[in-house]
Amino acid sequence: MNFEEYAAKPVLAAAGIPVPPSQMATTPDEAAQAAEKIGKVVVKAQVPTGKRGKAGGIKLADTPEEAKKVATAILGMTIGEFTVEKVLVEAQAPIEKELYAAIINDSESRGPMVLFSTLGGMDIEEAAEEDPKQVRRQPIDIRTGLDKAGALKILDGLDLGNSTDKAADVLVKLYKAYRNNDAELLEINPLVIKTDGDLIALDCKFSMDDSGIVRQQDLAPNGTPDKLTALEEQGKSVGLKYIELDGDVGVLANGAGLTMTTMDVVKHHGGVPANFMEIGGEAYTKGKPALELVLSNKKVKSLVVNFCGAFARCDVMAEGIIAAWEELKPTLPVFFSVHGTGDEEARKLLTERLDITPYPTMDEACKAAVDAAKGGAS
Amino acid sequence: MIVRQHERVMIQGITGKQGTFWTERMQEYGTTIVGGIVPKKGGQTHLGVPVFNTAQDAMKEVEFDVAGLFVPPLFAKAGALDAIEAGVKKLVILTEHIPVQDVMEIVAAGKANGTQIIGPNTTGIATPGECFVGFMPAFNKNIMREGNVGIISRSGSLGTLISLNVTQAGLGQSAFIGIGGDPVIGTTTREALECLDQDDKTKGVFILGEIGGTMEEHAAEYAATMKKPVVSFIAGGASPKGKKMGHAGAIVMGNKGTYQSKVEALTKAGVRVIDTPSDAGKAMVEALKG
Repeated sequence: MNFEEYAAKPVLAAAGIPVPPSQMATTPDEAAQAAEKIGKVVVKAQVPTGKRGKAGGIKLADTPEEAKKVATAILGMTIGEFTVEKVLVEAQAPIEKELYAAIINDSESRGPMVLFSTLGGMDIEEAAEEDPKQVRRQPIDIRTGLDKAGALKILDGLDLGNSTDKAADVLVKLYKAYRNNDAELLEINPLVIKTDGDLIALDCKFSMDDSGIVRQQDLAPNGTPDKLTALEEQGKSVGLKYIELDGDVGVLANGAGLTMTTMDVVKHHGGVPANFMEIGGEAYTKGKPALELVLSNKKVKSLVVNFCGAFARCDVMAEGIIAAWEELKPTLPVFFSVHGTGDEEARKLLTERLDITPYPTMDEACKAAVDAAKGGAS
Repeated sequence: MIVRQHERVMIQGITGKQGTFWTERMQEYGTTIVGGIVPKKGGQTHLGVPVFNTAQDAMKEVEFDVAGLFVPPLFAKAGALDAIEAGVKKLVILTEHIPVQDVMEIVAAGKANGTQIIGPNTTGIATPGECFVGFMPAFNKNIMREGNVGIISRSGSLGTLISLNVTQAGLGQSAFIGIGGDPVIGTTTREALECLDQDDKTKGVFILGEIGGTMEEHAAEYAATMKKPVVSFIAGGASPKGKKMGHAGAIVMGNKGTYQSKVEALTKAGVRVIDTPSDAGKAMVEALKG
């Protein structure tokens, strides 16, 4: 789960990393009032996406009047797929040099990784291309963590003027904040060396590990949940993992890997999947809400149902779909592939109750569904 | 990371619903279950085996080589570290949704103490004809039977389908290694591949990969040095960027972890990458003929 700048910066502040004084505003007048209090400010659009500056969502304002003017321009503008509804009005900082600092979960080293560069304002990949000597990537042993000596070692060889020690302090605090808050990414960009040599965080990106949310109940409500479509919301409310996609071939399968694969095979045969819909694990008895959900997407012209039973039996999963089918009486064509535990019983049920013969392979079922969707379009 | 029938297995969380159900299946199949670990339930007997409060207690009373961990996500770290400190050689973590930083601690502790961690978020490991640890459909002879194909999978459901296709083609499995669908896991594709390469019974290997991460690319480097044939299927080619598809690890960020990068690396290493799982059995039969 991502945290917008206004929700992420308090995480830094709580760890003792300096951030500028700021105030939220939802109207131009509120922005002017904030500027009145703070002085020279920067007005920043708060939306859960990057590239705000390029989109014109970040503007300087030296007076309350200017703050009102730029806030009027920023509020209501569209950045990415989001409409700006609030701005952060923040004190300007006298910038000497811009740096980049982050801690991430690194799948490759299977531990935390410190990222640092003296090319602030750019993301780390850009900096690495621009001048790799200015970039540090240091895996951390999670059992010992990061102390001052370790942080100084990472910064060794970089020109930070008299601020090296302070930068090391920030890294140690950043690491603590990362550990305490189940971060998968905690990034300061830019981390600024002010003209007086002190450091201050001018922006912050924080992404919390979804599996950590349950134990971060104080902080989690400040995060911005993923933007879901109406159907995805409906799926979430009944405990089903449903993702809406652009195509017209509905997909229903058990298990994440098999569902992804069913989408792949639909694509392989020239079709475009309409959704990801998995009913594996604890959800394998939820045939009816799953079917309702897939069919609620009006773009769907045909449906492929692909079950591979292990412990979750094909006949139990099929029974759920059959019962829902009998009740909902949909008219669109459906194509089944059932294999593994309970497959013979499932085939018998489908033949008897729906007069449908499952295909011998998932390829044939997917291909038939793709052909049917195309036929329906002409 | 192959489990053998003579190895002594301890089940953490044995008295829970999942723990009970699957321990019974493992016992029926032939896994040597020597006990269970459940805090505060030490001294009881469950499914005919003794229950201990901690892995340290259990190790003193009945030695064990392997632990299967079936405990809820927020208790998984404590359970895993307990087993690692007790000196277990292999630890299979079935639990899904363990916080990633906890997994990192578990993996680091495993490395420091010489414990092979498998998972988390895996359906387990199986050696058809001998035993299994986890939620494996080894009991269904149409899906798994003794043979010479090693299977490495990030997914349980897809792993089941490929096992079934391999079995239908007249082959069987020497070992199934479910490495798990999380972004950080104890046994990587490459490590599992090295293990199967050294296993005498394994004559060919199936790698079931997914989008996200760079494990398949690293495995490809090793595959290029192997004499045994390797066949692979990568799931997620049709999944959109930046979205998690059920598995926390199956997500493409930027240009990392894409379907194309994995297929390219594997193909370059001489691995036969199939477009659809329906070709799995046939492709492996042909690969084994050489």
